[in-house]
Amino acid sequence: MIEYFFISALALVILMLGSMIRLYIGPSIADRVVAVDAINTMTIAAMILLGVYYKQLIFIDVAIVYALLSFVSTLYIAKYVGGEL
Amino acid sequence: MVAEILVLIFLIIGLLFNALGIIGLIRFPDVYTRMHATTKSTTFGSIFLCFGVIIYAIATLMGTGDSQYLMVILHTIVAVFALAITNAVGAHAIARAAHRSGQMPTPGVVDRLAEANL
Repeated sequence: MIEYFFISALALVILMLGSMIRLYIGPSIADRVVAVDAINTMTIAAMILLGVYYKQLIFIDVAIVYALLSFVSTLYIAKYVGGEL
Repeated sequence: MVAEILVLIFLIIGLLFNALGIIGLIRFPDVYTRMHATTKSTTFGSIFLCFGVIIYAIATLMGTGDSQYLMVILHTIVAVFALAITNAVGAHAIARAAHRSGQMPTPGVVDRLAEANL
């Protein structure tokens, strides 16, 4: 049963690579920010899955901090794109 | 045995919705529809992946009584709340910024006659 988590994390990494296509070809900055946001969300899920697979509780704490920090970075990039900075 | 099937179902739902979000991100025509696809789908899918982790931790806690899995459950619930709140607010900020920077939505009219070049 524990292998399901590792396989799911591997599938999430493949989905992140698919999201990097849009990160590369995106016509505007907003498209790239959306792609980075999707990658951040899937990174958090992959960290939680790997924390259960490797039995390391610290991975889940790192996932919480990563969620909050990526939220702050998304807000700052949005302020910059909107011309309010 | 029941927990294994539940974990498998939750992980499959989570991965399926994440994959749908990424397909929408690659295929949709403008930034608003891409955001519409990715934000909701990846948030929903990631929350379901976390639910799979919670179900697994509950089953292992009942089976072995190891108190480390109680911490796994609590920290995963905190991560789910952080994920749900921050993703929604971040998507609003990106949509507002895209509108302020002059991006317009692609008109949602399908014109097959113009595409066929008759």
